[in-house]
Amino acid sequence: SGRVNLTALREAGRRELREFLDKCAGSKAIVWDEYLTGPFGLIAQYSLLKEHEVEKMFTLKPGRLPPADVKNIIFFVRPKLELMDIITDNVLREDRGRSPQRDFHILFVPRRSLLCEQWLKEQGVLGSFIHREQYSLDLIPFDGDLLSMESESAFKECYLESDQTSLYHAAKGLMTLQALYGTIPQIFGKGDCARHVANMMIRMKREFPGSQNSIFPVFDTLLLLDRNVDLLTPLATQLTYEGLIDEIYGIQNTYVKLPPEKFAPKKQGEGGKDLPTEPKKLQLNSAEELYAEIRDKNFNAVGSVLSKKAKIISAAFEERHHAKTVGEIKQFVSQLPHMQAARSSLANHTSIAELIKDITTSEDFFDNLTVEQEFMSGIDTDKVNNYIEDCIAQKHPLIKILRLVCLQSVCNSGLKQKVLDHYKREILQTYGYEHILTLNNLEKAGLLKPQTSGRNNFPTIRKTLRLWMDDVNEQNPNDISYVYSGYAPLSVRLAQLLARPGWRSIEEVLKMLPGPHFEERQQLPTGLQKKRQQGENRVTLVFFLGGVTYAEIAALRFLSQMEDGGTEYVIATTKLINGTTWIKSLMEKLEPAPF
Amino acid sequence: MSRARADEEEYWHSSKFRAFTFDDEDDELSQLKESKRAVNSLRDIVDDDDDDLERVSWSGEPVGSISWSIRETASGSTASLEGRDSSLQKGSSSYAALPKQVSSYSLSSLFKGRNKLPSFQSLSDALTDTGVKNYAPELRRPKAEYKDYSNDWSPKDTVRRMQRGKVCSLERFRSLQDKLMLLDEAVAGHDGNVITAVLIFLKRTLRREILFRELEMRQVALCHLIHFLRETGEQKFLLDLLRFLDRTEEVALSQYREHLNIQDVEKRREFLKGCIGLPFSAEDTSHIQDHYTLLERQIIIEANDRHLEMAGQSEIFRKYPRKASILNMPLVTTLFYSCFYHYTEAEGMFSSPTNLKKTFKIPDKQYVLTALAARAKLRAWDDVDALLTTKNWLGYTKKKAPIGFHRVVEILQRNSAPVQVLQEYVRLVEDVETRLNVATKYKCHDVVIETYKDLKDRIQLTAYKCKVERGSAEEEKINSILNN
Repeated sequence: SGRVNLTALREAGRRELREFLDKCAGSKAIVWDEYLTGPFGLIAQYSLLKEHEVEKMFTLKPGRLPPADVKNIIFFVRPKLELMDIITDNVLREDRGRSPQRDFHILFVPRRSLLCEQWLKEQGVLGSFIHREQYSLDLIPFDGDLLSMESESAFKECYLESDQTSLYHAAKGLMTLQALYGTIPQIFGKGDCARHVANMMIRMKREFPGSQNSIFPVFDTLLLLDRNVDLLTPLATQLTYEGLIDEIYGIQNTYVKLPPEKFAPKKQGEGGKDLPTEPKKLQLNSAEELYAEIRDKNFNAVGSVLSKKAKIISAAFEERHHAKTVGEIKQFVSQLPHMQAARSSLANHTSIAELIKDITTSEDFFDNLTVEQEFMSGIDTDKVNNYIEDCIAQKHPLIKILRLVCLQSVCNSGLKQKVLDHYKREILQTYGYEHILTLNNLEKAGLLKPQTSGRNNFPTIRKTLRLWMDDVNEQNPNDISYVYSGYAPLSVRLAQLLARPGWRSIEEVLKMLPGPHFEERQQLPTGLQKKRQQGENRVTLVFFLGGVTYAEIAALRFLSQMEDGGTEYVIATTKLINGTTWIKSLMEKLEPAPF
Repeated sequence: MSRARADEEEYWHSSKFRAFTFDDEDDELSQLKESKRAVNSLRDIVDDDDDDLERVSWSGEPVGSISWSIRETASGSTASLEGRDSSLQKGSSSYAALPKQVSSYSLSSLFKGRNKLPSFQSLSDALTDTGVKNYAPELRRPKAEYKDYSNDWSPKDTVRRMQRGKVCSLERFRSLQDKLMLLDEAVAGHDGNVITAVLIFLKRTLRREILFRELEMRQVALCHLIHFLRETGEQKFLLDLLRFLDRTEEVALSQYREHLNIQDVEKRREFLKGCIGLPFSAEDTSHIQDHYTLLERQIIIEANDRHLEMAGQSEIFRKYPRKASILNMPLVTTLFYSCFYHYTEAEGMFSSPTNLKKTFKIPDKQYVLTALAARAKLRAWDDVDALLTTKNWLGYTKKKAPIGFHRVVEILQRNSAPVQVLQEYVRLVEDVETRLNVATKYKCHDVVIETYKDLKDRIQLTAYKCKVERGSAEEEKINSILNN
């Protein structure tokens, strides 16, 4: 997004990291909780650490620490008890006789935990740590317009365990953001968690009056949205290019791992030699010109862009035949690096598109999508679905089944008791009775439930919010429904309607959705109040509490780019999710511990 | 799945949905191919060292990224080391092994069954830990920080300090009222870390009944305690709490969850037996009962079959040795197993399919599907035939498939049934369009020809001639029909 520069946030993160590293004087080795390397990679490169005397880096694992000759050993970890046990093991196995002795430190990310420290104390190792600090990596910049806390269990904690710690972090993150980008004058929200976060922000502001800053506000509005206001959207299969990459291969911290076959470097005369077996890992973000152009398109519109690009690049390379003079050749050569980069980018995305196409043209993908679209448009949501039954009979992956059944339940404001019981029985008989625990979790989260009121509200919600659009244009979209080829994500519709004409027009529907909706204003000193220029866009930060999908992000970007849209969106979330990762986070871990 | 392709096309054209396929004239597939071609042709122009250009290692991590550097800097130290587990520092494959236990230390023992937690004596002790021996003096925390907490912090200040990760003593809060104020402040702050710390303090210093009673009125704090108890495996305390709260269903589920930690099947069965009486919802009770019964059966079947297999007398086990034990497998898997190894057994036997069907009230559809798959795998076509044959009260036989014959064909085809067998069932597919589709797909020429004949579709029949072998019986058949 053009108006907001999120690099300031990254800079702040780097500064904090440097300060901590400098506290531990001398050479150091970092022992990483592996989960953190991805998020940290978005803040800093190894070079930054190296400048601050980080000489070695290891992955956290039980056993003896590698014998790096450094003065300091620093553990970068999430505050998790099982990680404390590994650290304990490391420390206890440290050779006491070695000289010079190495100093231990812990950096908790994102927060120090009294419980963890107590645990370390129990093991008798707490005293071995000189510095125990926290690094509040609350909101990590993922792209020019996207922030994520990458807190995997946020939804589960909020809606299943009523643990609001992640909301506390969200509020903290928003306070940091306001310290850097100015107080956000208007706060809107929908849902219980949204209400909590707003309350915490107001409270934090009151308790730290010093935090009143004098920065001219960049954001005009903050919109806090509970994931459970819109349980439907993540369950549907995303149909944007980026969404499909995530659905099929899973994007983690902007990286995706792909099957290597299609990326084999073909050199003349070297057929078949050295075929890579490791997955190909690619970073995906808007820094790559081509990706920025196609990431948010419906997948059906990607092929034509790629082919157009191919023609342009071919033509550019053809230019070399016309380069006659030394000057022309020089000119051509100077452009070569850029052209090569464009070519390799095109090659990669052509390969990815091919991989995805193999899936999207399969019969099963088609059948699955048919059922999803039937449910979302309100067809046969109140009876046992044949396709779902068939999938169970063929033992398709359980998560796929759960996604569909939950989708049906949400689209019907809960299933008829008989239908629900039927699905439950089939699932338990086919996949094992122990899944009763998972089904229970889904019920608690409201994803799978019996229709209690005996009334199905969903058709009203669908019609009022125009969630199903019959005439969707995938190539040149005129509505956000293109991201799901017909279904307009409810969450983004709420954002869109808030901007224009305002929520007052949909009061009735808002009442049907769970949790309160509200508006708060934060007073600004007179000098900072904005006088909007004619035609100047408003900037809205949309915060999804409990996760957001790439398709929803695409829909918001689409709204940002609408010519007469009037609003530019920046997106924040507790976690980037898709239906599969989301359901997985709610499943009971069934495998016994591996030892 | 159930609809044949042609069917689907019809459906899409007639309904308001769009299929998600590349179906426009300027086919996307050809566009992709085009860009692929262009990309490939460009390979000849520029040399292929784009890896260098992007400074990306093959695995894709940019050189200099953190995960890349972990590998790099870690491997640097391998050489200097002797006798160490060298896999420790190798490529990413060894990272996947992270959770594997190398030491004799058991992580699970810390979570499960070890009652060390009650010795969470004094939180403040831990936090003001002064028993530090190996500190470099200049790195020690300034003394002033310890003094801090001796001041008279209000509950509010205490919570605020804890939120900032500062050291605080909770021991000063002696009266119940003070403790509860502290808890309420912590809850108002929403910081789970602090809430949990206060709860641990309360748990240690309050009598259970009082703690439970007060928490009942404080739902948020209650949730945190429950979560904490789960995490640390204090099952007994947790169950006491849930019982006190009258959350019986949760007690039941929580107790049932424990069976996952029991590896020994006999013990697991005993445990499940004990679960049957727990206060589940009516629907769940029957599932738990089934779970127990299933495991009970599996234990019997397993013992019996292992014996049979070892004795080497039974042909089926000799021919198809078991790949895994049947213990703890889902019901449908067990049914498949039973249809595979024990198909002909009398209903009285625990291992017979009919017994399983009856005991667990397996629906017809599910039963036929599973039996069909098992018998088809054994290529027992007679069994397949019998399975799909029903007799009505007049004694006439009729073929019936509760799953639809197109599914029957699909399963048979997957098990490479001969055309003669396939054909018989393709013929029974009711919907003409589907039948033609399936027949064409699996090359059941006779069925295709007959169907077109019935439809009196000369054009299609003529067109089909090119699909059959020249000079074959099928071609003759087509010709004779066309000439009539």
